[in-house]
Amino acid sequence: MKEIIKTKNLGFDYIRRNENGEVESIARAIDGVDISIEPGEFVAVLGANGSGKSTLARHLNALLKPTEGTVWINGMDTRDEGKIWEIRRTAGMVFQNPDNQIIGQVVDEDVAFGPENLGVPAEELPGRVEESLKAAGIYEFRNSSPNNLSGGQKQRVSIAGVLAMHSSCIVLDEPTAMLDPLGRNDVIRAVRALNYVENITVILITHYMEETIYADRIYVMDGGKVAFSGTPREVYSRVEDLEKLRLTVPPVVRLSKFLRDSGLHIPADILTEDGLADAIAKEYNAGT
Amino acid sequence: MLELENVSFTYDNGAGVGTRALEGVSFSVEPGEFIGLIGHTGSGKSTLLQLLIGLLKPTEGRILFEGEDIGQKGYDLKKLRSRVGMVFQYPEHQLFEETVFKDVCYGPQNIGLSQKECELRAYEALRSVGLPDECFYVSPFELSGGQKRRVAIAGILAMKPDILVLDEPTAGLDPAGKNEILDLTDELKRDRNISIILVSHCMEDVAEYADRILVMDHGRLKYDESPVVVFSHVEELEKMGLSAPAVTYIMRKLKDRGVDVRNNIITIPEAGAEIMAAFKRRHP
Repeated sequence: MKEIIKTKNLGFDYIRRNENGEVESIARAIDGVDISIEPGEFVAVLGANGSGKSTLARHLNALLKPTEGTVWINGMDTRDEGKIWEIRRTAGMVFQNPDNQIIGQVVDEDVAFGPENLGVPAEELPGRVEESLKAAGIYEFRNSSPNNLSGGQKQRVSIAGVLAMHSSCIVLDEPTAMLDPLGRNDVIRAVRALNYVENITVILITHYMEETIYADRIYVMDGGKVAFSGTPREVYSRVEDLEKLRLTVPPVVRLSKFLRDSGLHIPADILTEDGLADAIAKEYNAGT
Repeated sequence: MLELENVSFTYDNGAGVGTRALEGVSFSVEPGEFIGLIGHTGSGKSTLLQLLIGLLKPTEGRILFEGEDIGQKGYDLKKLRSRVGMVFQYPEHQLFEETVFKDVCYGPQNIGLSQKECELRAYEALRSVGLPDECFYVSPFELSGGQKRRVAIAGILAMKPDILVLDEPTAGLDPAGKNEILDLTDELKRDRNISIILVSHCMEDVAEYADRILVMDHGRLKYDESPVVVFSHVEELEKMGLSAPAVTYIMRKLKDRGVDVRNNIITIPEAGAEIMAAFKRRHP
């Protein structure tokens, strides 16, 4: 199997039981999801609150097991208990709250924690830690206490922690939701660098549409299913469909659509600020 | 209505060592104003919010509510906290009653209002946050993230505050849920003349909704200006770990490319209109 992540007909129910252990209610969170992600891809997942994004993410490193269907991580079935650590090493997770995922007293100690737990020989640890901190752009803080770091810096420490386990895939569940603009930028830049330079597969779940414009592909979820998917250009050309699903498009796309609707000839597939400025300037300077 | 006079605050770390969190902050809040409060992590925003409702006392300076120093002995802080309502981050984590309705009644009950008055207020508050009637008697835990957050806001509204302070009320919400919360705060301002203080990391949101923006940087109040003026300081904002809305950057890039537009533009409709006007001038 070539895919690093593959799900087939994945279904998941949250089951609530009363104090006697009897089933009180069943809520279907994921319903018939088929995705496949190749090594080195940068995939974003969008969806309204409650659409199943986070539940899906938690299946990718076996924090949850399917009620139905199968999830394979690098060919390993997540229901195979014997493979669970190998699966978690392959696909590392970074969560929303920067304060809940750091345990070390010093940054480099925290980053060493994962590989140490995997039984990586002590003499190999410093090298791994250094390389991971550099890749996440947080090396200068290696001797700091995590308490003195900002949210964006803490998130990059968490990312370095995943890298130090030599994960080939990183799943980020709204990593920037609690960060200021600079922190958000730094985290997204670090994630893009990992993908581009280190060829690490990235799955980014976010509510900030502008963070997804460099993704190779976007999955849009609704009611536990994949509603549609495509490249950012394809997905963000479907403004009305996205709005129906409680989503939106990045500011660049919104402005570009406004101008097109007002009669300017601006291509419909522009996603970047520079791209839009170029297109407007070209039209502006034409025919004079 | 609410006034800060040269307020400083130092966290006491024991043994005479302190961390200065705020330095000489002064501003005032008038009825019906929508104020955006922005600043990097650690800029002093949270300390400021805690001072506003008397959870912390200024090390120097004073805070006046309707002319009275809230730090003076015997000042009724309970009353202050019903007039200055605070919606903390992820407020839905603090919902605890069996039903939504009971949860919203909790605050009014706590200030000793009659059962009838509490229920009237709870009903009105839940209606004003747009929660459908059929949700009133369910457990708050059965609601969606956005709905839970609206219940938490209703709990504060039931206290009938004059000022509503919201600390990142849209973090983690989907774009539609985010707009619902922001529109709600805007309605509260317009229909009830409630002053809003919105803490946000999203520059687009404060640009669109705020009448005035306070910018905190390393414990100091760096700017207290209209959104247009604040976001004209792009380079300074970036140095503070902040930014301007995406459209402001696009307008600056257009200007660099010779398109004759104003670059002090902060919202998309404004940007669209300005660009179209530039085209009309150029290609009449």
